[in-house]
Amino acid sequence: MTAPLATDPLSITLTHCAKTWPDGTRALAPLDLEVRPGETLALLGPSGCGKTTLLRLICGLERADAGATIHFGEQAVTDVAPESRGVGVVFQGYALFPNMSVAENVGYGLKIRGVAAAARRDRVREMLALVELEALADRRIDQLSGGQRQRVALARAIAIQPRVLLLDEPLTALDARLRQQLRVDLAKLLRRLGITCVIVTHDQEEAMMLGDRVAVMSAGRLEQLGEPETLYRAPASPFVADFLGTLCRLEGAVVRRHLGVDTLAFRPHEIAIVAPGEGLPATVQARFFLGSQVRLELALEDGQRFTALVASNAPWQPDARVGVRMADAAPAALEEVASC
Amino acid sequence: MSLSHATPMLARGGRHTALSGRRAWLIIAAPAVALFLAFWLLPMVKLAGLGATAPTGETANAYWLVVSEPRYWKSLFNTVGLSLAATLATLIIALPVGRFLARHPSFPGRRVLMSLLIFPLAFPGVVVGFLVILTTGRQGVLNTLSQLLTGEPTVLAYAMPGLFIGYVYFLLPRTIGLLTAAVEGIDKQWLEAAQTLGASTWRRFVDIELPALTGALTAAGAMCFATAMGAFGTVFTLGTRIDVLPITIYDEFTNYANLPVAAALSVVLGLSTWAVLYAANSLAASR
Repeated sequence: MTAPLATDPLSITLTHCAKTWPDGTRALAPLDLEVRPGETLALLGPSGCGKTTLLRLICGLERADAGATIHFGEQAVTDVAPESRGVGVVFQGYALFPNMSVAENVGYGLKIRGVAAAARRDRVREMLALVELEALADRRIDQLSGGQRQRVALARAIAIQPRVLLLDEPLTALDARLRQQLRVDLAKLLRRLGITCVIVTHDQEEAMMLGDRVAVMSAGRLEQLGEPETLYRAPASPFVADFLGTLCRLEGAVVRRHLGVDTLAFRPHEIAIVAPGEGLPATVQARFFLGSQVRLELALEDGQRFTALVASNAPWQPDARVGVRMADAAPAALEEVASC
Repeated sequence: MSLSHATPMLARGGRHTALSGRRAWLIIAAPAVALFLAFWLLPMVKLAGLGATAPTGETANAYWLVVSEPRYWKSLFNTVGLSLAATLATLIIALPVGRFLARHPSFPGRRVLMSLLIFPLAFPGVVVGFLVILTTGRQGVLNTLSQLLTGEPTVLAYAMPGLFIGYVYFLLPRTIGLLTAAVEGIDKQWLEAAQTLGASTWRRFVDIELPALTGALTAAGAMCFATAMGAFGTVFTLGTRIDVLPITIYDEFTNYANLPVAAALSVVLGLSTWAVLYAANSLAASR
């Protein structure tokens, strides 16, 4: 059987999509968003920012407020029931059916579609091969590890050749080490499938690694949409800057006296620690060896604290008096952000 | 005896704490064991033994009389049939109600409804029987309506239909409670996952909900069936003409002082209830 892994990719277009709960709480402010055909878009934001609600609007499990439209390619799906939208969804807890084996879970969507038993078996085998779980086809769900469950959920979602693939925090339930590994596997698989995909995550590293573009959300609004590098280097708001990696901010008389600016915003790796007398005077309060880098916790003379990531051969020890200046390659954009 | 059994374990077991733990268990379990022996095993053995004796004026023992007498068979089939029907009807009514209550944690009047459901739980069988007479008896609502509309009387209370209504009435509240809790325990994401995979409401119910509820349905069904098999108060109120086993046992015991047959029938009642529950459990487990 040589059915393609996925159908031709479609765009997802959301126009004026808002969601208000029956009690009047606004989960999502009116929002326009286009996911390009074949692209993986990461929805990134803290919990409660509306990213899962947005995902549920796309798959139809929630209905948007009146006035919204959702298109898959040219087709309007706003009023199409979830069971007819042809979306593959990987839920946060995976939601695997406990009364079915691994193979039955993966084949369930095909069974619903009336695919004959033999063709179903082939497709299930193909899907399990794709996620490297062929050997576990007859296992019960409670006999699987977290990582295996995640892959079964993925195989089940793509077995139906969905028009779009939606992943809700697909790696959150796993421990850190496994998450790193599966993140790489997932990125490779998504590229191979070439399917239009929306992935919800609160982990900025995951978003940047998996998403061709990242949409940062906060309090039911879209803060910024762009390629990971753009977001990181040219954040449109302090929230985006802060959410994509650590952002330190220094201000007040000390900063003005030594640097001639009102505020200074920077990421921990963007400053250089130099001998005292040069730059902004500070005191090392703690030093953490991280292998390839050393993390220094520092304080200005007026008590403002900040963090620096420096080369692991840096000599500075706690209580050392040092100077701080922007590293040579530091982008200027962040300073502008800080004053907005 | 328990001590002599524990000693070799002492020698073998090694660790002191584990042993004192085991001995502590024996002490804690002793009252329960004593109660079990005194109030379960002893009377049961006595009852079973009594059934093996011959009633006065008979030569065969009571078990043989019970097995060879069609009247008792009829009584047994009546009881099992009625209990199965009441159980099935209760489950069929309780499942949608339980699903509705579980899926709608807040709606106007829910609290009142829940209180109304709990209210009859404390009623003894006599009161349930009385309620059945009030609704479907000679002076009942049903009969009055029927006389008005068709001119024909409709009286259900004093026969099997009345008993069936009474049983369903007192089985419903507890069954609805059990099934509501079970439906609340179903992970909503399972249903949503099935939905996004294309399953209609009906397919989701059959493929996901029912399998998830098998345990609760079996447990609730077993409770209903066992309760119905042994129910006495309702049937006693509705009239002793109705031929079910608890009434037959009562008759043998009180009216004819036929203790061996009463004992043999009790054993038959217990065994047949157990057999049906065992079959239901095996069926549920094999699915």
